[in-house]
Amino acid sequence: MKKVFSRPRSLKETPFHYCPGCGHSVIHRLVAEVIDELGLRERTVGVPPAGCAVLAYNYFDVDMVEAPHGRAAAVATGIKRILPDRVVFTYQGDGDIAAIGTAETIHAANRGERVTCIFVNNAVYGMTGGQMAPTTLLGQVTTTSPQGRLARREGNPLDLSQMLAVAAGSVYIERTSVTSPKNILKTRKAIKKAFLTQLEDKGFSLVEILSPCPTNWKMTPSEAIRWVDESMTKFFPLKVIKDAV
Amino acid sequence: MAKKVLMRGTHVLGEAAIRAGCRAYFGYPITPQNELPEYMAAAFVKMDDAVFLQAESELASINMVIGASVAGARVMTSSSSPGVSLKQEGISYLAGMELPAVVVNMMRGGPGLGNIAPSQSDYFQATRGGGHGDYRTIVLAPAYGQEIADMTVAAFDLADHYRTPVMILGDGMMGQMMEPVVLPEPVDLASLPSKDWLLDGCAGRPSRIMRSLWLDPPLLEELNWRLARKYEAITREIPDQEMYLLDDADLVVAAYGTAARIAKGAVHRAREMGIRVGLYRPKTLWPFPAEALAQMSRSIGEIIVFELNIGQMVEDVRLAVEGKCGVSFYGRPGGVVPTPEELARIISSTYHKLESRRHGGADISGEAGLRAVGSV
Amino acid sequence: MLSKIVFSGFGGQGVLMMGYVLATAGMNENKHVTFLPAYGAEMRGGTANCTVVVSDEEIASPIASSPDYAIAMNYPSMVKYQNLVRPGGIMFLNSDLISQGPSRTDITTVQVPANSLAHEMGNDRVLNMVMLGAVNATIGIVPEEALLQAVETLLEGKKRVMIEINQKALSLGARCLSQGH
Repeated sequence: MKKVFSRPRSLKETPFHYCPGCGHSVIHRLVAEVIDELGLRERTVGVPPAGCAVLAYNYFDVDMVEAPHGRAAAVATGIKRILPDRVVFTYQGDGDIAAIGTAETIHAANRGERVTCIFVNNAVYGMTGGQMAPTTLLGQVTTTSPQGRLARREGNPLDLSQMLAVAAGSVYIERTSVTSPKNILKTRKAIKKAFLTQLEDKGFSLVEILSPCPTNWKMTPSEAIRWVDESMTKFFPLKVIKDAV
Repeated sequence: MAKKVLMRGTHVLGEAAIRAGCRAYFGYPITPQNELPEYMAAAFVKMDDAVFLQAESELASINMVIGASVAGARVMTSSSSPGVSLKQEGISYLAGMELPAVVVNMMRGGPGLGNIAPSQSDYFQATRGGGHGDYRTIVLAPAYGQEIADMTVAAFDLADHYRTPVMILGDGMMGQMMEPVVLPEPVDLASLPSKDWLLDGCAGRPSRIMRSLWLDPPLLEELNWRLARKYEAITREIPDQEMYLLDDADLVVAAYGTAARIAKGAVHRAREMGIRVGLYRPKTLWPFPAEALAQMSRSIGEIIVFELNIGQMVEDVRLAVEGKCGVSFYGRPGGVVPTPEELARIISSTYHKLESRRHGGADISGEAGLRAVGSV
Repeated sequence: MLSKIVFSGFGGQGVLMMGYVLATAGMNENKHVTFLPAYGAEMRGGTANCTVVVSDEEIASPIASSPDYAIAMNYPSMVKYQNLVRPGGIMFLNSDLISQGPSRTDITTVQVPANSLAHEMGNDRVLNMVMLGAVNATIGIVPEEALLQAVETLLEGKKRVMIEINQKALSLGARCLSQGH
């Protein structure tokens, strides 16, 4: 019998700890599949963040170094500059990459660091328990925006990917989601293209993935998926934001 | 004998680092140490196997250091006081992940922006770890150009040997000043011990994880005790100090770095006045060379701790002597560098107070006119 | 023997080079030397100064709060240092740019027309070496040969004529005082 589905070689056998309906498990798998497909497992170094995905090193079967909160792009820069023939990717949440790590990310992009960022946007600080994130939508209730985010009070959501597109060194930036098989396949394609951008020495690449967080959104998994499709994509439309490959 | 060259401290440090095998430098401009990154930039641009990058911030630079260290390079960053405060986050992670790196602090006056004049304002920050968490950083304190060269080489070796961040603690004056130096011989990179922990892709071996997160308390406790044992070993193995004219001394001046040079000049002047005084100069600030100080504390009257701050190392001196002799403090913070004559007057007045006490007489010396003298 | 010397002037007068040459010569004579340039905010605004210490013994402080010798290449430098030179010390003045000497009487003043001597040599820029030659001939810190050698070393790779004119300027400076300039 032909085997059509199995665990990617770049994932360990450790079961995921992520909540039911969370997008991280799917995204981990997509990244691992792409690493396998491109034959990069033995030359890849991954940099997970502080946040829900901090334990990514327990799941990916590649070399992994944990970065301080927000600093993944700087750590990745250090690795890539020393080992230019290796493949370096960061895996970061919205709070990590678009709030505390904004400076590191923008400057890595602007320098055109040959690294790939997997940016998981769920509009909330997940691991710390559902606080407002830089990407929290207007009106969205979180534990630190209890009346709903108000532009005047909490400020507007930040579209980091759009900002990064302005940077001269960024080459490929796409926003996708993991809310349907079609979107998942698109995400996989985008991740592959981002890694190829790095492999071809073109410059900085990033895939922003809108991802459900039913636990902190206080929704069922299917409600959460609908919320991504109907609400998040209004402010964060799914599209290729920059393609200078 | 190798040739002497006249070089400024920052350039000596940079050249010695390169000769010690440093192949990566990340930093952010701040006075008074900019000549060091400038030296590294100029040198590395001519080398195929070296990386210089001016980062967007001190935070980014120390995190690039983490990345380069993880990838196996001998790596350095440098800054001055306010910038080193910002680097503390990364230094804590280096300690937690047991990564080697060399961090240079050419101290200036503080707190806050302070000024750019030479100071020793960051002794506590340097020797107590500086960042969050339960860790120590090896701290080397050169006082002469030659020592900058020698200690820079030592810093890279110690960092690799103990897998821990090492700080070189100088000051603005030391960085700017030129002195004759014999530069170290360049090391052969291939001769350095291999690192069986680095991350370079898991070709032909199981994948590796480098982390400082241990959610399970017993596991973190295990790391903490492992670090504690390492710090104990360092405390046993590397304390170093200069003992100058101490054999017959009644009185000792304890000082490090630039302050120790001034103190040595003051000791000479006081000796000319017939005062039996010597100098105790820690070359490692952490681990503090307490043993030698403890031994001499029984035979001397008083230790005057002299620092370019309001009193920091004085606490380590007090801990070392455990009340067996008097400890007093004289300091000039704010970037003021006093003359040896000024310090000689303090030595003289302390000595006469000690003499009169010893002979049971009244204390006639008084403290009028002495600035910043306090019994601690 | 320990000598603390401050060199001061406009940026562009080669003030740091004077100190650098003297410190290098001292080092080559196996003396202890330090060279401390003013740095940071202090060097903004077009002035430059440096302190050189040459000693037979280890040098405690590279700073000179009361230098034995001060070399003022311009008027502001004379004003800045005239009260700092230790009693009995010497102040060297670039007399082409400084018409008024210090008001103190407990220090010696030596006038060196560094600009005009350099001009006569056909190279305005070597005024610093003229002055250094005069300073060293007066106070005798290192043999003149050591200064000439230091110039040779420090300008290594520069044009031969460039090295020679600097050396000539040192020698001219050394002779100018005895020849009654």
